[in-house]
Amino acid sequence: MVNLSVALCGIPLENPIIPASGTFGFGYEFAELYDINCLGTFSMKGTTAQPRFGNPAPRIAECPQGMLNAVGLQNPGVEKVISEELPKLKACFRKPVMANVSGFSEEEYVQVCQALDAQEQVGWLEINISCPNVHGGGMSFGTSPEAAARVTRAVRAVTRKPLLIKLSPNVTDIVSIARVCQEAGADGLSLINTLLGMRIDPRTRRPVLANETGGLSGPAILPVAVRMVYQVYKAVSIPIVGMGGVSCARDVIELMLAGATAVQVGAQNLVDPLACPRIIEELPAEMEKYGIKDLNEIIGGAHKWEKM
Amino acid sequence: MVKQVFLKIEQNQPLTDTVCQMVLSGDVSGITAPGQFVNLKLDGLYLRRPISVCDLAEGRLTLVYKVVGQGTEQMRTLPVGTILDVLVGLGNGYDTSKSGPRPLLIGGGVGIPPLYYLCRRLLAEDREPTVILGFNTAAEQFLAAEFAALGVPVIVTTVDGSAGKKGFVTDGMAGVDYSYFYTCGPMPMFRAIDKVAATGGQFSFEERMGCGFGACMGCTCKTKYGNKRICRDGPVLEREEIVW
Ligand SMILES: Cc1cc2nc3c(=O)[nH]c(=O)nc-3n(C[C@H](O)[C@H](O)[C@H](O)COP(=O)(O)OP(=O)(O)OC[C@H]3O[C@@H](n4cnc5c(N)ncnc54)[C@H](O)[C@@H]3O)c2cc1C
Ligand SMILES: Cc1cc2nc3c(=O)[nH]c(=O)nc-3n(C[C@H](O)[C@H](O)[C@H](O)COP(=O)(O)O)c2cc1C
Ligand code: FES
Repeated sequence: MVNLSVALCGIPLENPIIPASGTFGFGYEFAELYDINCLGTFSMKGTTAQPRFGNPAPRIAECPQGMLNAVGLQNPGVEKVISEELPKLKACFRKPVMANVSGFSEEEYVQVCQALDAQEQVGWLEINISCPNVHGGGMSFGTSPEAAARVTRAVRAVTRKPLLIKLSPNVTDIVSIARVCQEAGADGLSLINTLLGMRIDPRTRRPVLANETGGLSGPAILPVAVRMVYQVYKAVSIPIVGMGGVSCARDVIELMLAGATAVQVGAQNLVDPLACPRIIEELPAEMEKYGIKDLNEIIGGAHKWEKM
Repeated sequence: MVKQVFLKIEQNQPLTDTVCQMVLSGDVSGITAPGQFVNLKLDGLYLRRPISVCDLAEGRLTLVYKVVGQGTEQMRTLPVGTILDVLVGLGNGYDTSKSGPRPLLIGGGVGIPPLYYLCRRLLAEDREPTVILGFNTAAEQFLAAEFAALGVPVIVTTVDGSAGKKGFVTDGMAGVDYSYFYTCGPMPMFRAIDKVAATGGQFSFEERMGCGFGACMGCTCKTKYGNKRICRDGPVLEREEIVW
C-alpha cells in the first residue's frame, strides 16, 4: 500500500490531483462522466465581481502538444456563483472546493474574496493574478512585484481561508514575485498559468484567435512548469500547487519532485475528460515503479542533489 | 449522454475529391438525437475534431467529412480496422417535435451530413420532409442520391448551374410549401435563409472547440436568452433566439 494523501495549507487531500481552473467549469460536466469525489479537490472557473461574456470567437487554437485559449474569463459573476453554482455543486461534490478569483482592480479582488470567504464549501481561495487574456487586469497584477504584493495584502486582510496566489510564467523573474507574495501573507502559491502565445493561419494570413494572442497550455509547457516550480521551491517556505502540461502520473511525480505539494491538471481534462481519475488510478503503480511509498516524501525531492 | 468510447473503422471511402464517408462500429448508445456530434481523437493532434452524426443504426455510426486540414487529412488515410477514441453524444441536436407535417431540410456543402439522419428520423415520425442541397458545382455533389433513395423530394442547387437549379439554396426554397425548417451550412447561407424563410426553424452552428462537452467556455456565443455554449447548449439554435 502506498500513501497518496497530502495536506494543502492544513486541509487534507485524499490525493494531490486537482483539476485546474477554467478546464473543469463548476464540476457538473465531469460529474456526469465520473464521481468527482475521487479528486483531491478542484479549482472552479475564474470568478469576477460582475458577469463576463469573455472574448469574441474563435477563442481556441490547436498547437504542437497543446492549445491556445483566449476565453477571457467568461463567468456568471460572484453572486451567481454563490446563489446557483455552489448549491448545485453541493449535490455532487462533498469536499472543500477551491475558488479561483480574478479582478480588474484591487477592490474587485477584495469584493469577490469577501463574498467567497463566507462560503462554507470553499476550502481555499486561489487568486489569479496571471490571466493573459484580459486587458487591464489579470496578468498586469502578476507581472509586477509591487502590484502582486498589494493584491495579496488586500485579499489577505479579508479572508482567513488558505490563500493561494496563482503566478504568471510571463515574467523575467518568477522567484522575486513568489517571494513578495509570501511576505505579503500568501499561504501558498499556484503555478503556472498559461504562457502567452499566438498562431497565424497561412490560408487567411490572420491570427487564428480573435483576441490575436492567447494562453498556451498542455504538455508543451511541462518543462517550463517544472523549472519554475523548482526555482520557486528554493526561494519560499509556503506550499506550491504545481501545474502546467500534466497528462499522466509520471508528470505528477516530476512536479512533486520539483517542489509541488499538490498538482493541478488543466487542458488534459478537455481532450481526455477521464484524465484525472485515470491519473489517480495510475499513481500507485507509478510510485511503486520509482520506489515511492508516500508522496509526502518526494515533495521537493529533486533539491536534495543540489548541495552534493 | 456524453460517453468516451472506442469505435472501429468499418469503411472509409471518398464520396468526392475532398469529401469522405467513414462508418464506425461500437457502442454508440450515447447518441440520442439527430444533429448531435462526436469528437475524434487523432494521432499527433492535441485537440479533438468535431464531426456531426450523419447516420446512426444499432452499433453503427456514419460520418461524412471534408478534408480541409491536418486532422481531416489524417482521417482520410486511416485504414479499415483502426480503433478511434471518440466522445459521443455531444450537443443538443435537432428537436423533431417542432417540425409540423412538412419540414424543409436545407443543407449547404459540408453542412449536409447531419440532415441525413434528421431526415430518416422525421420520416420515422410520419412527416413529409423536402430536402434542398446546395453545392458550388456538380462535381462537389454528395449524398443527393442517398436522400433521394429515402423517397423524399430532393432539390439540388449549384452556384454555377452545373447540376440542378442554378443559384443558392434560397433559390431552391422558392415555391416550396413547408411547415418548419432545419438547416446546417455556412454563415452566409444562414443569413440568406433567415431573410426569406416563412416559418420558424433551427440552425446548426459551428465554432472552434476546446472540449466539445461544455467545460472550457471556448465556444460561447450570445443569444437573445443569454450566453450559450455551441457544444452543449447547441450546436442547434432556434431561429428566434439567434443574434445575427
Ligand atoms: C459541431 C460541429 C460539427 C461539425 N460537423 C462536421 C461534419 O459533419 N463534416 C465536416 O466535414 N466537418 C464538420 N465540422 C467541421 C470540422 O470540425 C472541421 O472541418 C475540422 O475540425 C477541421 O480539422 P482539420 O484538422 O482538418 O483542420 P485544421 O484547419 O488544421 O484545424 C485546426 C483547428 O481548427 C478547428 N477547425 C477548423 N475548421 C473548423 C470548423 N469549420 N469548425 C470548427 N472547428 C474548426 C479544428 O478543430 C482544429 O482545432 C463540424 C464542426 C463542428 C463544430
Ligand atoms: C480553457 C482554459 C481556461 C482557463 N481559465 C482559467 C481561469 O479562469 N483562471 C485561472 O486561474 N486559470 C485558467 N486557466 C489556466 C489553467 O488553470 C492552468 O493554469 C494552465 O492551463 C496550465 O495548466 P495545463 O497545461 O495543465 O492546462 C485556463 C486554462 C485553459 C486551457
Ligand atoms: S468547446 Fe468547451 S465549452 Fe464548448
